[in-house]
Amino acid sequence: MGIVSTNEFKSGLKVLLESDPYSILENEFVKPGKGQAFNRVKMRNLKTGRVLEKTFKSGDTLETADVVEMDMQFLYSDGQRLHFMSPTTFEQHEISAEAVGDAAQWLKEQDMCIITMWNGLPLNVTPPNFVNLTVTETDPGVRGDTVSGGNKAATLETGAVIRVPLFINIGDILKIDTRTGSYVSRAKE
Amino acid sequence: MHSTKKPPVDFHNTWHPTATIPQLRARAKIIADIRAFFSEKNVLEVDTPLLCRVTATDPHLSSIQVPLNNNETCFLQTSPEFPMKRLLASGIGSIYSLGKVFRGDENGRYHNLEFTMLEWYRIGFDHHQLMDEMDELFQRILNSQKAIRVTYRNLFRQFLHIDPFTSSISELQNVSTQNHINAPILGDDRDTWLQLLMSHLIEPQLGNSQPHCIYNFPASQAALAKIRTEEGHLVGERFEVYIQGIELANGYHELTDDKEQRHRFNADNIQRKKMHLPELPIDENLLAALAHGMPECAGVALGVDRLIMLATQANHINEVIPFPFDRV
Repeated sequence: MGIVSTNEFKSGLKVLLESDPYSILENEFVKPGKGQAFNRVKMRNLKTGRVLEKTFKSGDTLETADVVEMDMQFLYSDGQRLHFMSPTTFEQHEISAEAVGDAAQWLKEQDMCIITMWNGLPLNVTPPNFVNLTVTETDPGVRGDTVSGGNKAATLETGAVIRVPLFINIGDILKIDTRTGSYVSRAKE
Repeated sequence: MHSTKKPPVDFHNTWHPTATIPQLRARAKIIADIRAFFSEKNVLEVDTPLLCRVTATDPHLSSIQVPLNNNETCFLQTSPEFPMKRLLASGIGSIYSLGKVFRGDENGRYHNLEFTMLEWYRIGFDHHQLMDEMDELFQRILNSQKAIRVTYRNLFRQFLHIDPFTSSISELQNVSTQNHINAPILGDDRDTWLQLLMSHLIEPQLGNSQPHCIYNFPASQAALAKIRTEEGHLVGERFEVYIQGIELANGYHELTDDKEQRHRFNADNIQRKKMHLPELPIDENLLAALAHGMPECAGVALGVDRLIMLATQANHINEVIPFPFDRV
């Protein structure tokens, strides 16, 4: 466990604030000509996902948080918990559905994702930026309509519901951007 | 394992400059224009040592220490101010310096640990005459409109509806809370509160259509400026200039009294002790020069990289310097 000064705060650095783990998003150094300099820091609480804006006096320090990110394969969900496995050590981890939150709707069995661990305990799950998922339910496709710009709801194999163009049919495989939860294109798989 | 450790530097991506060649050409042109400006005004360019035995005592300046081979420790200059004042006392006349200065721990969009400073001193000027001349330089380099001037006191009245000289600490704290600043523990140091409000709430709004000169700071923030009484309060004849929210220059109607200067150095060291910072040796050469007699003058230091940023509409200081500190 180390101590870091505001001058070393960089995007991605993990620190402890009031005993919660945070990831630094932005760090702006401001100094009013002469006098006290400040660091205006945007940081994400890794437990709640909430973004906090906080001003520090330059040179203030925080403890670093023992946070590591591990690549893991999603095995299955038993409803209450999601089960993951490290593809290198075959070590298994389970995370409560609550902690996984919305990320669960993009996870298909066998997919790789990033698990954030704090003091050896899983904190949250980041799905791949893009996933390919099959449409299980939607209104019939409108043949040839690739330009009208209209859209409709579609349910995917994981249960996620997204907006898709009118020409999409049940059984189509779609490429989804999980960061925005939006349709990108049809995927060939 | 998806490690959070820094990946090894790929020098194929870092060897090249962060500024484009056209930016560097613009930079060279501005520096040539600055030299031409002072040449026309018969202000002499001077050189000052980068490697110094003494440094600024200001508790908010972090000097970089350099161990020499003979076990002596020197400092890299944080500004050319002290040697320039010794030149002034020797009777050289009005002078300017254009060169590198160093400040540890300063790093960000508008800060690089090593940067280019323009500093000049005009014999017989007060801070208002120097603001006039600086405005002329801005108009030449930036095509800016005439600068507007406002006192520190009126600035706080105008933007935050408080009087920086009379409002209580809890009033300053309330303004911070009302404006959603998630502030650290600042205690009862009023200047620190004023600096928090200034940097977070006022500065970003300054100098949008024309340069903004702020003058007559509270005496406690006078630094090396003369102090006098105005409307019943002690003010330092110091000014700061802002353009598009960027702090660009800091100037003084210069303190010439050696006894008062010694007192301010000592006060800095008392403050440093309070802040658990090492006390610093004071510049006896400067004090001896002041005791000999330095002509009445005004001086200002200007961040040249920021000036170039403004002239070329750059968003980050890295766009106007070839090799910022993380690439040296």
